[in-house]
Amino acid sequence: MGDNFSSKFERVCAILNKYNQRSDKLIPILQEVQEEYSYLPEDTMTYIATALGISPGAVFGVATFYSHFTLEPKGKYIIKVCDGTACHVKKSEDIIGVIEKELGLSSKKKTSDDMMFTLETVACLGACGLAPVVVVNDAVHGAMTKEKTAELIKQIKEEELANATV
Amino acid sequence: MLLSDKINLEERKQHYLDQTKNYRSKIVICAGTGCMANGSMKVYAKFKEVIRDRGLDVTVALKKEKADYMLVESGCQGFCQMGPLVTILPEDTLYTKVQVEDVEAIVDQMLTANGKVEHLLFERPDTGERIAKQDKIPFYEKQHRTMLKLCGNIDVNDLDEYIANEGYFMARKAVLEMTDVEICKEILDSGLRGRGGGGFPTGRKWDLTRVNESDVKYVICNGDEGDPGAFMDRCVMEGNPHSVLEGMIIAAMGVNATEGYIYVRTEYPLAVSRLKSAIKVARESGILGKNIFGSGKDFDIHVMEGAGAFVCGEETALISSIEGKRGMPTLKPPFPAQKGLFGKPTLINNVETLATVPVVLRMGAEKYSQIGTATAKGTKTFALTGNVANTGLIEVPFGSTLRQIVGEVGGGVMNNDGTLCGCDFKAVQIGGPSGGCLTQDHLDLPLDYDNLQKVGAMVGSGGLVVMNQGTCMVKLARYFMQFTQNESCGKCVVCREGTRQMLALLDDIIEGNATQETLDLLEELAQTVKVGSLCGLGKTAPNPVLSTMRYFKDEYHAHVFDKRCPTGECEALASYRVIPEKCKFCSLCAKKCPVDAISGSKGVPYVIDTEKCIKCGVCITVCRFGAIIKG
Repeated sequence: MGDNFSSKFERVCAILNKYNQRSDKLIPILQEVQEEYSYLPEDTMTYIATALGISPGAVFGVATFYSHFTLEPKGKYIIKVCDGTACHVKKSEDIIGVIEKELGLSSKKKTSDDMMFTLETVACLGACGLAPVVVVNDAVHGAMTKEKTAELIKQIKEEELANATV
Repeated sequence: MLLSDKINLEERKQHYLDQTKNYRSKIVICAGTGCMANGSMKVYAKFKEVIRDRGLDVTVALKKEKADYMLVESGCQGFCQMGPLVTILPEDTLYTKVQVEDVEAIVDQMLTANGKVEHLLFERPDTGERIAKQDKIPFYEKQHRTMLKLCGNIDVNDLDEYIANEGYFMARKAVLEMTDVEICKEILDSGLRGRGGGGFPTGRKWDLTRVNESDVKYVICNGDEGDPGAFMDRCVMEGNPHSVLEGMIIAAMGVNATEGYIYVRTEYPLAVSRLKSAIKVARESGILGKNIFGSGKDFDIHVMEGAGAFVCGEETALISSIEGKRGMPTLKPPFPAQKGLFGKPTLINNVETLATVPVVLRMGAEKYSQIGTATAKGTKTFALTGNVANTGLIEVPFGSTLRQIVGEVGGGVMNNDGTLCGCDFKAVQIGGPSGGCLTQDHLDLPLDYDNLQKVGAMVGSGGLVVMNQGTCMVKLARYFMQFTQNESCGKCVVCREGTRQMLALLDDIIEGNATQETLDLLEELAQTVKVGSLCGLGKTAPNPVLSTMRYFKDEYHAHVFDKRCPTGECEALASYRVIPEKCKFCSLCAKKCPVDAISGSKGVPYVIDTEKCIKCGVCITVCRFGAIIKG
């Protein structure tokens, strides 16, 4: 635990040093920290505040203002369903419904219990020509249907299962 | 110093032309977000492999003196729905939906001179005719591509190719030969107006920043394209990043700035990486950094990634965000031109505006101002999406009509099942959550800033979403209201609470709990939010509601007074019924109905008891004759 703890802060320190502890670089700092841990742990935010010489409230304020930041850990697969106008007109709601049903999620419960999947809706991914769009981690899947979505989730689950048994 | 202080553009251009003149063909493969999602990079790799297998030589980014073919990874070509797109130059053949398996056939056809792989050519959905040449496809033929001309045509990673297409010549002219006053005047004379939504004259904005004396000034490029359904800026940043940099250099010379920022939304990772690498090569060539073009002047650009807040598209909020704070708008004045980033005079323009600047200088103000209408000069890009045959990125002159855009470029309206409907659209939503909708009555309205304002819409950043007859306008208004309610930063009470209440009122309408009072209250609240908000987000948030109420009053009334949704989209108001003529008395629906709401017998068409019906939709799914409808 002790080792874990110090190595955790070492990585944060490296990021802080990269930006010369400048408080105007708070957003890129938080972005890199989140990339490191997949979310923003509370103690890390307090630490960043002290290092930058600003109040923890200021850091917390920024972290909660921008939708890219998350204060809770996310699943291994982050499924983003685009609900921009073009995708919405092409029935992205149906796709969200399928995913929620397949993974037992709801608008309140975003991450599955096994920490495998997190479902997010985003305003627009700018790939409107392919609407409706689903992005799993960084792979873009265009022109989705309810059937294709169910198939995609099944495929990921099978891959995971295969990896687990190996 | 190893790098030449003064880049010789003529030499670089000639060198590029000499190198490429002996190639048999140039194969351009679209590497925009859309085509990449459809596997265009695999197609790219396969081309390289197949050409080499045939014993021929192919060159990629690093060009050689002699090669048979040149393979180019381009930015977005605009016709996203048909991707992956492959263009063969110089004959200008466009292949659509190219898969790895098709590559061999294409290469073989290229070797045997003029043949074409017929089944990959674009097929006109209405006539079935195959079209080979890119500029003969209606989608491209009816456009007027100036700013987008190179986007999708040149290699995004190749500085020399940009230079060979006259790139950076105008930046050099601005740096070495023009004074700040001359630059501002040229832009003002061209009539260029901001492409990000506001439509403020660009030249005047530059001049206002120029006159403020300061040791440090900034130029910011606003790439926080947040409007859902709009992706013009993404395509430019991905497809021709150097044009954005060149526009920023010219702007910097016009206002005497030494530092620039490009603020890109985090949802566009490809744009971020392409801009960063373009900045790197521009620095290495002495185009950015210290002593640019050997002039003794300095100008450098940084990329800042947004963190997901729509309101940061507003200029003062964007500035707060770069400063590391919550992206909340501040009161104007002071305008950014007086006191902007870190308290210094700051010029802030949208991506499309800045990428248009080199085009304006190249054409000259006078010639540029001949395109467009009296009050809106030049061309505008639109992201054409929704229920339309050809979706993608288009560029047309200001003053084009919806008839031209949707009918000709877009190729007509589509049904929900993906077939061409041959009918009229119900509405076109323009300008995203800040804009409004246009109807059939506006088919021949010349689109520009002022005309759209008059009919209660706005150009906005340029999202054009086409909707067919099956779209419920109340639900659409609710969709946009939810978006703005989510994105309201919370600073102004009327925006924060007003949008929330408006959303609740719209929910009442959709769920069948509304009365005349709901409609009155909704309208009153809309006006309040409009007047009482500080920034553009709040001021324009009620637009979709007001504009749908104006043009689709009947549909609101149907929801409120008849408790009926004409399109059947609103679940709570939908009712299921059997079309008697289609019913074949098979009784399947009655058997499957979980609440026994359906009754009938042999020879008598079945009927649904709406009192008992729980709207589960099972009957529609099981009916084999399409005899049950919702609406």
